[in-house]
Amino acid sequence: MIKKSFIGMAKPQLLCEALESALPEPEKISISARATFLLKMPPGQSGGKSSFSFEEGDKVITGQKLALAPKSNEYVVSSVTGKILSIKPFEGNFGQMYTAVSIETAQKEEKEKAFKKTLADVTLENINKYLLNSPGCSSLRLLSDSAKPISTIIISGMDKDLLVTTNQYILKSDINAVKKGIEILKKISGIDKIIVAAPRHLMHEASGLDVTVKTVDLNYPAAFPELFMKNVLGTPLPAEKSCEDSGVCFLSCESVACLGKAFEKGEIPVEKTFTFIKKDESKVLVSAKIGTPLSDIFQGLGVSLKDKDRIIIGGPMTGFAVYSEDYPVMPDTDAVMVQDSADVSYTSGYPCINCGECIRTCPAKVPVNMLVRLLEAELYDEAAEQYDLHSCIECGLCSYVCTARIPVFQYIRLAKHELACTDSGEDNTAEEKNAK
Amino acid sequence: MQNRQFIVSHAPFWHNGSKISSRSYNTIIAAIPALLLGFFNYGSPAVGVLALSISSAMIWELVMNLITRRPITIGDGNAALIGTVFAMLLPATSPWWLVITGTFFAVVIGKEIFGGIGSNAFNPVVVAVAILMVSWKDFFDFDETLLNYDFEFIAAYPLAQLKHFGTSAITSFDTVDLLMGQQTGGMGATFGLGIIIGGIYLIIKGIIRWEIPVSFLAGVFITALLFNISDSAKYANPVFHICTGYTLIGAFFLATEDSSSPVNFVPMLLCGAFAGIMTVLIRNIGLYVDGVIYSILIMNLICPIMDKIRPKALGKVV
Repeated sequence: MIKKSFIGMAKPQLLCEALESALPEPEKISISARATFLLKMPPGQSGGKSSFSFEEGDKVITGQKLALAPKSNEYVVSSVTGKILSIKPFEGNFGQMYTAVSIETAQKEEKEKAFKKTLADVTLENINKYLLNSPGCSSLRLLSDSAKPISTIIISGMDKDLLVTTNQYILKSDINAVKKGIEILKKISGIDKIIVAAPRHLMHEASGLDVTVKTVDLNYPAAFPELFMKNVLGTPLPAEKSCEDSGVCFLSCESVACLGKAFEKGEIPVEKTFTFIKKDESKVLVSAKIGTPLSDIFQGLGVSLKDKDRIIIGGPMTGFAVYSEDYPVMPDTDAVMVQDSADVSYTSGYPCINCGECIRTCPAKVPVNMLVRLLEAELYDEAAEQYDLHSCIECGLCSYVCTARIPVFQYIRLAKHELACTDSGEDNTAEEKNAK
Repeated sequence: MQNRQFIVSHAPFWHNGSKISSRSYNTIIAAIPALLLGFFNYGSPAVGVLALSISSAMIWELVMNLITRRPITIGDGNAALIGTVFAMLLPATSPWWLVITGTFFAVVIGKEIFGGIGSNAFNPVVVAVAILMVSWKDFFDFDETLLNYDFEFIAAYPLAQLKHFGTSAITSFDTVDLLMGQQTGGMGATFGLGIIIGGIYLIIKGIIRWEIPVSFLAGVFITALLFNISDSAKYANPVFHICTGYTLIGAFFLATEDSSSPVNFVPMLLCGAFAGIMTVLIRNIGLYVDGVIYSILIMNLICPIMDKIRPKALGKVV
């Protein structure tokens, strides 16, 4: 953990991890007995068994799609061959419902050929049909949203969070796949304006790509889309607007490489590369199939966990903690972090003491000290109107520096979630859930 | 598989380790140089006043915690800090009841009834001293309270000399002597150099911001300079104003209190400068001998509105 130095006048300079120049070899981890896939449910629908075309006991082969409805864009692709063991509802962060499908792996692997047959057909439709569940690829669906036409694609070769080097690794190690992926992107979307965002030390690799390359600072949180647009592209995003709203689509380097690999090999990619951060903050690159339970990864890396430790999906600043070792590797899992119980930082019940640390550290210049007062009182609309709630880019720095240890970041995310729920007229705000 | 219990909480999972208690204790550490000279000049009564002030401030906070049935907060050091700074402003010979009443006003009236730490609109210490000054003004007449001491330096309160006898009375004060604490006044407020050292320590530690003390002192200096230029026979020079009374302790320890001072860059400069200007206005054309307490009180009042001057947030057009 990075502590405040004795000289605390300067604001914290958190540097993102730069990939070491000697290319690390990812640790390969195989699934021992069982894989789990989390199928995202549409809002208002709880996960369950009834609505699926598959049921417990069914045989599933590698590359087979498990979808809610046959035409739906919400599907998971099985990375293993085996038998469906169980189908259970699972509740994720902020009440997002999933259906957890567990598959017992069989000895012999069979591969689905449906994608291979359509290989010549490089279209957006085909990608939506097969590749949305590939590593990092879920943002590809943004390209086919006719309500929000995309004019610029930005491929990020830099990971957002601290200590994570997944996308840097892909950019460095798999430049040919990235190149191929960019060609495919150009072909399917007809967009010429493709920009690669890469850290300075990977400029050499990135300049080999036939697109515009821009440098991203290593300073956290420079790799966040909102800040990249403001600082590098010079077109700040209006608050309350998403990147897609203004025609910009951010894709991770990994997803582009996956596109390239998929069409080269004729297989739906299921191997996810991610950074594993151990208790002593040393890092290992890991390659495992989507659906691998975390317990297999801990075992494979020889990491032992005790009671009251913490398992975090994502990096130290923006990740989320999970309560079970059975949680699987997901297509968007760029990092897994474990934290010893001794290092777990706690929040306090103190009010804001107005020290101003958050004001000085906030990259979006949000008046956090006033904002948090309103959020504590659940005055979300006022917070959005008067104190720039929607300008927040969710980097977590305010919580990181808070002297009173207020969970500012969580307050902000909760407020945004509640506002989004009221706007869309859904009834799954936390308050109403508690009332039930 | 064994079933282990993991801790689930929200991001971020790191913290820079800062906490309220270390802020409070570091501020108390910064006060030590100034207090040591106070002990040296005034002897054991000064130690007694400080000890009583800190302990009674903590007890008042404990009492309020119990009455309001809120968590016990004396561990965060804020009450001890209030006690320390309050004692620094008092004359070393203050009677015990004055100290206890003062910490009551500071902790209970100044802080707790507003809702505790972070909610006080005014600096608790300043509130307490202002009430005491109005109620028992003889105890803040340093010439009277320190009468029984035999100092090696001029035993007259410089600002009172200026007020009552004009600039001719202050020619005997030497700037270096004043800075080195060779003057009468509050037990921890006279050693200018010690306060500056403590203040710089706090600025380096990031506990107070340089904007407020610097603009406060600049406000005092420039206003005093203008007065001095207009009529040097009637108004003292700016350096004298900075080295005497509560100016330095006000700049570094009073005006910078977290909850009652602004957090944005421009408001910090404005509020600091405003308090500085007010100080000299009160001293030169007002009724009171020293204006620091009242000027900071008025500054606290306008802070929330001043703090509306802030940079535009990301993606905001208006």
